[in-house]
Amino acid sequence: MEYFLQQLINGLTLGAVYGLIAIGYTMVYGIIGMVNFAHGDVYMIGAFQAMIMLLICGVIGISWVPLQLALMLIAAVVLTAAYGWAVERIAYRPLRGSSRLAPLISAIGMSILLENYVQLLQGPRPKPVEPVIRGGFTLMGGGGTDTFNVQLGYLQIIIVLLTVLLMAAFAYLIAKSPLGRSQRACEQDMKMASLLGVNVDRTISLTFVMGAALAAVAGMMVTLYWGVNDFFMGFVAGIKAFTAAVLGGIGSLPGAMLGGVLIGLIEAFWSGYFSAEYKDVAAFAILVMVLIFRPTGLLGRPEIEKV
Amino acid sequence: MTDIATRAPVGAQVRRSAMIEAGKEAAATALIVFLLSFFMVGFKTEANQGQPLGYVTQFVDVAWACVLVSVGRFAIALDRHGVSKPALIGGLLSFIYLAGIGVIGVAEQDPDSAAATGFYNVLGINVPMPFEQPMVNVIFGFGGLTMFGIAYRRLRVARHGALTVEVREATEERRAQWARRMSGTLGPILIVLAICVPIFMPISPWSNATRQVVDSLVLVLTYVMLGWGLNIVVGLAGLLDLGYVAFYAVGAYTYGLISTSFGLNFWECMPLAGALAATFGLLLGFPVLRLRGDYLAIVTLGFGEMIRLILINWKDFTHGPDGITNIPKIDFFGVFTMERHAPEGHVTFAEFFGMDYSPTQRVYFLYYVILVLALITNFVTIRLRKLPIGRAWEALREDETACRALGINPTNTKLTAFAMGAMFAGFAGSFFATRQGFISPESFVFLESAQILAIVVLGGMGSQVGVALAAILLVGLPEVMRELALYRMLIYGIAMVLIMIWRPRGLLAHREPTILLRRRTGNGAGK
Repeated sequence: MEYFLQQLINGLTLGAVYGLIAIGYTMVYGIIGMVNFAHGDVYMIGAFQAMIMLLICGVIGISWVPLQLALMLIAAVVLTAAYGWAVERIAYRPLRGSSRLAPLISAIGMSILLENYVQLLQGPRPKPVEPVIRGGFTLMGGGGTDTFNVQLGYLQIIIVLLTVLLMAAFAYLIAKSPLGRSQRACEQDMKMASLLGVNVDRTISLTFVMGAALAAVAGMMVTLYWGVNDFFMGFVAGIKAFTAAVLGGIGSLPGAMLGGVLIGLIEAFWSGYFSAEYKDVAAFAILVMVLIFRPTGLLGRPEIEKV
Repeated sequence: MTDIATRAPVGAQVRRSAMIEAGKEAAATALIVFLLSFFMVGFKTEANQGQPLGYVTQFVDVAWACVLVSVGRFAIALDRHGVSKPALIGGLLSFIYLAGIGVIGVAEQDPDSAAATGFYNVLGINVPMPFEQPMVNVIFGFGGLTMFGIAYRRLRVARHGALTVEVREATEERRAQWARRMSGTLGPILIVLAICVPIFMPISPWSNATRQVVDSLVLVLTYVMLGWGLNIVVGLAGLLDLGYVAFYAVGAYTYGLISTSFGLNFWECMPLAGALAATFGLLLGFPVLRLRGDYLAIVTLGFGEMIRLILINWKDFTHGPDGITNIPKIDFFGVFTMERHAPEGHVTFAEFFGMDYSPTQRVYFLYYVILVLALITNFVTIRLRKLPIGRAWEALREDETACRALGINPTNTKLTAFAMGAMFAGFAGSFFATRQGFISPESFVFLESAQILAIVVLGGMGSQVGVALAAILLVGLPEVMRELALYRMLIYGIAMVLIMIWRPRGLLAHREPTILLRRRTGNGAGK
């Protein structure tokens, strides 16, 4: 029971991170129908920005943890959003309206480009980050060394709370704001939306910016949680987040979050009860299963094909 | 296109407003570049052994990037408002200045001595350069070339009038015909050239590095073969496969494991490897081929990663990350081996023909083996295109619903394409294993799949010659540019994006069905 609870906590934390990345995939897919392959690398860049901000804090002598966190959050979100914008502007906008394959290849190219760009600039070696927030509650087991202790770290609480907060804000943004309205309009019919005065280019750009900002938050949390960043971290995380988006039903925002949490839980329980080595295989196997048995995902709409 | 209309009465007024507009755009660009580069370029993090993470600041580079990119943007924006001279002249000059000298430097100098300072002394002059890293200057120089290209195209449009739909369609038609003609004539020429390589080698400038060059050619041909194999799946059947490298891995591991544990030779194992890879293709294809487009791409990607992870983690069977070592080298159907000293009961190639042993013999032998394998792949593909099954693939690519209505079974048709492509990957994989003598999961990462797919797409999906050219370009060029090893993949990524923007349909794009109903001739109103 204790072990189960511990895996549940770990899984939820992991799921929050995947969910935040998955939103970027699902929004972009919803609006322009392409898999933004470079999104995982945008997340990686977010993690690096947060890490650099933390280092700067250390050098200029800001040691109050809430301020450090706030600065990291702002730096990661603003600077990574610029990357999201630039990726769309450079690699996808010129290809809008061409075949389905061209943007995908371009996205793969962008992903290779970003990975190598970071590798060249920041070096290939993994970067260790000093933990900022330590400690937590011991929920069960009495804290002794002979029993199994269920730990709930402060950081895990922050991650889950921040994710819930962001999700709420985001859901509000999509449902109520003019931006959300034009986004949903573009999703339904881009040409019609542009005829009715929606600035389609701007809406798509903002979609990428928001996706990148959320991925940056995920990157910041991972930097704090695992404490190791390297230039290749975006690849596997990106695929898992995409799996989460597909599992929840691609194009659906609550679906992305649900999928993220499910993937996080599956991964945590799989590595807790079976083998940690095969946890990635489990994630991919689930992706294949979902696509075979329920291609629309848990909360997705069926795709109707017109002849 | 309205700016062309306003071009005629270029007055001071128009020019001033153009300046203001361009200035705004340049300022916005500078801001974006600053945001992009401030942390990533400005702070280089360093983790020394046993010390906490620290950083070195590089703000000069950030400033240069902001200035150069926004100046370029300014020129392009001016050009859009009808003032094209700055973009034309500035672009060309900066290309020659930044990239030209760098390229000469790369060509002339030993990579080890090509330190940042000595790099530009080739011409005997010491030219100041914005960035310390020579390659970064070269990349910015190519930015100048892009600027020039944009301005030049605009000038041409202004002179010949804007492209109407008819003109564009006619141009595309002309290009497609050109591509078809090119494939017709270029194909045999390339094959003859490939066969005659040993004749050219001694008189070529690389005669003192024959082994390395032929070795690179073997690599290029391996990718040509993989490209042709994947072309069946992507180019002909229109199925996007991002996990092609999995079948390559299956082939390589089949040969590696069977030859090391049962002692079979290459020629006995290769068909097994192909068959096993094809079986994997069927196994994977059966459940997933109902999916379409992007979903299929992602599932195949997931499958490719699963195979790699299993190869890493199933240590008893695959030896895990250490890989398989001492894989037997290739021989000629048991008649002779290519080693220096033959094992008992065998003769070496040199003994067999009464020649002196030379290590180049083995490389040439490998070269011809892969050439023959690749040509077989090509031949089979060309023949299959003329068979009902090949026609069905192409029809399926064009319109699945119509195919279904005409009684073609989509699942079976797709499965054969998948299995066929997988089989060739299996052959290529076993060749790879025998060439390397060592395989590990490291060789079968997603990047390989992406590279093979890029070859197919760049070649213009479905065009055999295009795929060969793309393989030469994408695999051969990095081999030539070994000096730039560090920047190889960066440039590769940039090239993939740019080629997609420039020619979204590939180099020799003629993705047309092999046969068409004769409708086109009567269609063109008086043509």
